[in-house]
Amino acid sequence: MARKLLFEHINVPGINTFDVYRKQGGYRAVEKALKSLSPDDVVEEVKKSGLRGRGGAGFPTGMKWSFLAKPEGVPRYLVCNADESEPGTFKDRYLMTNIPHLLIEGMIVSSYALGANTSYIYVRGEMMPQIRILEKAIAEAKAAGFLGKNILGSGFDLELYVQPGGGAYICGEETALLESLEGKRGNPRIKPPFPAVSGLYGCPTVVNNVESIAAVVPIVNEGGDEYAKIGIGRSTGTKLISASGNINKPGVYEIELGVSVEEFIYSEEYCGGIANGKRLKAVVAGGSSVPILPANLILKTTNGENRLMTYESLSDGGFATGTMLGSGGFVVLDEDACIVRNTWNFSRFYHHESCGQCSPCREGTGWMEKVLHRLEYGHGTMSDIDLLVNVAKQIEGNTICPLGDAAAWPVASAIRHFRDEFEWHVTHPQEALKGNYGLAHYADPLPQIAQTV
Amino acid sequence: MSDKVKVTIDGISVEVAPGTTILNAARQIGGDIVPPAMCYYSKLEGSGGKCRTCLVKVSKGSEKDPRPMPKLVASCRTTVMDGMEVENITSPEVVEAREGVVEMLLINHPLDCPVCDQAGECSLQDLGFEHGAAQTRYEFDRRTFERIDIGDKIQLHMNRCILCYRCTYVADQITDGRCHGVIGRGDHAEISTYIEKAIDNDFSGNVIDVCPVGALTDKTFRFKNRVWFTKPVDAHRDCPTCSGKVTLWYKGEEVIRVTARKDEYNEVEEFICNTCRFDKKKTSDWVIEGPRAIANTSVISSNHYETLKPLPVIQQNPALMASNKEEFERTKKS
Amino acid sequence: MLKVTETQEINFSKELIAQFDEMVQRYPQGKQKSALLPILHAVQAEYGWLSPSAMDNVAEYLNIQPIEVYEVATFYTMFFLQPQGKYVLEVCRTGPCQLVGADKIMDHLEKKLGVKEGEVTKDGLFSWRGVECLAACGMAPVLQIGPDYTYYENLTADKLDTLIEELKKK
Repeated sequence: MARKLLFEHINVPGINTFDVYRKQGGYRAVEKALKSLSPDDVVEEVKKSGLRGRGGAGFPTGMKWSFLAKPEGVPRYLVCNADESEPGTFKDRYLMTNIPHLLIEGMIVSSYALGANTSYIYVRGEMMPQIRILEKAIAEAKAAGFLGKNILGSGFDLELYVQPGGGAYICGEETALLESLEGKRGNPRIKPPFPAVSGLYGCPTVVNNVESIAAVVPIVNEGGDEYAKIGIGRSTGTKLISASGNINKPGVYEIELGVSVEEFIYSEEYCGGIANGKRLKAVVAGGSSVPILPANLILKTTNGENRLMTYESLSDGGFATGTMLGSGGFVVLDEDACIVRNTWNFSRFYHHESCGQCSPCREGTGWMEKVLHRLEYGHGTMSDIDLLVNVAKQIEGNTICPLGDAAAWPVASAIRHFRDEFEWHVTHPQEALKGNYGLAHYADPLPQIAQTV
Repeated sequence: MSDKVKVTIDGISVEVAPGTTILNAARQIGGDIVPPAMCYYSKLEGSGGKCRTCLVKVSKGSEKDPRPMPKLVASCRTTVMDGMEVENITSPEVVEAREGVVEMLLINHPLDCPVCDQAGECSLQDLGFEHGAAQTRYEFDRRTFERIDIGDKIQLHMNRCILCYRCTYVADQITDGRCHGVIGRGDHAEISTYIEKAIDNDFSGNVIDVCPVGALTDKTFRFKNRVWFTKPVDAHRDCPTCSGKVTLWYKGEEVIRVTARKDEYNEVEEFICNTCRFDKKKTSDWVIEGPRAIANTSVISSNHYETLKPLPVIQQNPALMASNKEEFERTKKS
Repeated sequence: MLKVTETQEINFSKELIAQFDEMVQRYPQGKQKSALLPILHAVQAEYGWLSPSAMDNVAEYLNIQPIEVYEVATFYTMFFLQPQGKYVLEVCRTGPCQLVGADKIMDHLEKKLGVKEGEVTKDGLFSWRGVECLAACGMAPVLQIGPDYTYYENLTADKLDTLIEELKKK
C-alpha cells in the first residue's frame, strides 16, 4: 500500500468531527508551528518539501509564498481556492466532506506562515453542503481555541470565513476568485500586478488550492525533507487523483507521485480496470483542459518508457505527444466513447464558462462549440477540422487568463491524436449518429519513432 | 542619471517616464508602429486589456532581465522597463494574432455599416480595413439583441458592441452613479440597464464619444447624415458645467451634431456635458474657432476639400479662411 | 434587457436582515460589497428567485448601485432571474457525467416531468435544467437540488423516479 499523508485516517468513523480528528493526531501541526516554529521556518519547510500547487498549474507553493509582499501596516490575506469546477476533478469536495478539519488545520498553519489574520475559504456555491460542513468545523475549532484571538497563547490571531461562489468556473482563476470575493463579477484581472503584491482589497494575497493547503499539515508535522522523499524528482509527495469515466472503481485516490499510469488504471488498489470488460481508448489525465491522449500514448512515452503519474512524465513529449498532471482529474474513456462528442462536450463547457471579458475567448469558444456540434451531428466538412485547429490557435495564448488555453487545448489535442475519427464523422455522418468509431488503432503499440526534425 | 527609461519599438527608440505603458510609449513615437486600441482609453482608469488588438511581442524584457516575455502582451497594460525591446508590426506572430483578434471581433458583428451612424468614424471599421480578412469563415447566425433607447438622447445597438467596457468606466468615473453596466456572461454579455431605465446625468452623453463602434449613438443625430458629408468645426462656449470645448458638425448652415474634440487616437480631449452636446445646436450658441483638423487618411476629410467652399461662418473671418485654405491645400496633395 | 413580468415589492424580514448583518461582519470595514454573493444566496433561498425588487433592496442594504447587483446576479449561473419550480433539478451534463449517461438521465427527466428544460411543471413543483460540471464526477451521473444543494449521485432512471415521488410527497 502506498503511503497516505492526507487520507491516512479518512476511514476512521467520525473523522469529520473535531474530537475524533484531534484524537487521531489532528491539530498537531498548529501546535508545532505556533509553539516552536517562526513563520519563516514554516515557509522554509514548505519550500524544502517541493510541494507544487495542486490546483493545476503546479507552481512551487513555497516559492509562491516567498513572493508575498510584506509592506508595514498593510494586512495580508490567505484565500483558499475551493472553487473546484474543472470537469473530472472532485478531490477537494471529497476532502472537505470527509475530513474538513485537515483543511482548517492547514489554513491555520499557512495563515500563520504568511502573517494573515483574516483568511477566507472560497467554496463554489454548488457545494452548499460542504460550506455548512466547513462552517461547523470552523466553529468547533474556534471553540477549542484553535481560531480567534491569541491562538494557543502564541499571540497569533486568526479569523477564518467561508465564502460561497455563485456558479462560475472562471472563479477558479485566482484573480477572478478575488474579484468574486469582493462581490463583483468573476472577471479575471489583468496581470501584473499579481495577487502577491495587490490581491484581495488591493492587499498582498496568496491564493492556494484546498489540497495544497491540506498538504502543509503533513509537511509541518514530518518536515519538508521527509515529504520530499516521497515521489520522483520534482514531483514530490502525494497527490489526490479524481478518477472518473469508464472505470470499475471511480473515486478519489491518494497516490504517491511516481506510480505508473498503467498501474493506476488497472490495479485493484486504484481504478480497477476498465468497466464492463471494455478496452481503454483514451485518457484525459489532469482535468478537462489538459490534452487528451490515446491509450498508447498515455501508457508509454514515445521513448518506450512507462508513463508515470508525475508532473514530468505526463508532460513528456510536450504537447505533441504528452499531456499534463493538471489538477489530477483523471477521466478514462473506453472503446465506446466518441472523441468528437467528448470534445464538443468540453467545448460547450468552456463556451458556457467564458466570462466574456476578452474577445478571443468570448467569441472563439462559442465558434468552436458550434463547429464541433455540427461535426458531431453529421453536418461537418473536412475544412471544419482545420478551421477548429486554427481557431484554437487564435485563442491560445492571446487571452487575459488561462481559460482561453484551457478551451483551446482539448480541441487541438483531440484533433492532433484522433483526426481520423473526426474525418470519419465527416465521411460517415449517418453511421456517426448511430454508432461510433470504436477503438481503431488508438491502443496499438507505438511505432519506433525516429527523431523527427 | 536620467529618470527616464528607454524602450525600443520596431527598432525605434524612445525615452519615456517610468510607468509608461508600451502603447503610450508607441504613441509618443507615433505613426504605423502604434498598436490599435479598441478598449483602452487613456482618460479612463482601469480601461484596457480586454480587446486584445494591441497585443505585441516583448522580445527583450529589460536591460536587467533580457529574457523575452513568453506570450504576447497587451501593450496598453504592460509598462515599459529600461532597455525593453518590443516588436509590433515587425513581428509576423503579432500581425497574425491581431488578424485573429479582428476576426473574433467581427464574427458576431452585424457589419451593417451602410445603415450605421458610426460609419466613417468607427474604430472597428478602420481596424477591419487595416487588419481584417476580406471573407468571413463564420457560418452561423450572428448574435442579436433588440435595439433599445437609454433615455431620449442615446440609443444602444447592442449587436454592434464589442464589450470594451469604456462606457461603464465613463459612468463610474465621470457621472454621479452608474445605472448601466455589463450583464450576463460570456458571449451573451450585454451592455444594459437590466430593467429599463434612462441614463440621466449631466455627463451621460460621453458614452457616445467613447464608444469605439456604433453601439451607442446620438439619437439627435440619428440618420441625419453620413459623417463624411458633414464639416467639423471647433468651437467653444462659456459653459458652467464643462469646458465647453467642442466640435460642431455642420451640414450646410445647420449644426447637426455636437461632440467632444477627438484626437488622432479617437480619444476625446475633454469630456463635455449634455447641454453642450444635445441642446446647443445653433451657430449663435458658439464661438467658432476654425475647422477641425481631420487626418487626411480619414474618410471624413475626403469630401470636404475637393473645392474650396468654406462655411459662411468661416468666410466672414479672414484667419479662419486662411486656415481653411491651408487644409484644402494639404488634402489635395495627398 | 430583462422583460419584467413581476414587479411585486418585497420587504425583507427581520430574520433575513439579521443574517445579512452577520455576513457583513466577515469583511473589513467598507468592504461590505463582499457580502453580495452570500446575501443573494440567502435571498434566493427565501424567495426561490431574485426579483428586481429583491435585488434593489439588496443594493440599498449594501449601499451600492442596483446595477452592481444586476451585473453580479446575471454573471453567476446559480441565481435565478425568473420564478422557478419549488424544486429545481439540476443535472450535470459535462464530460465524465456524459460518458456514463447524463444525456439519458435528462431525456428521462423531460419525459417524466413532461416539461422542457427551463420550464415549470403545471403544479409549480418542478423545473429542471442541465448544468455544467458539479465536481462529483466519481459519482456520475449526478444532480443537485437547491436551496441546500443536496447531491443525488450514481443516478439511474429508477432512482430518479423514486426521488421525484418522494419530493411530491414532501
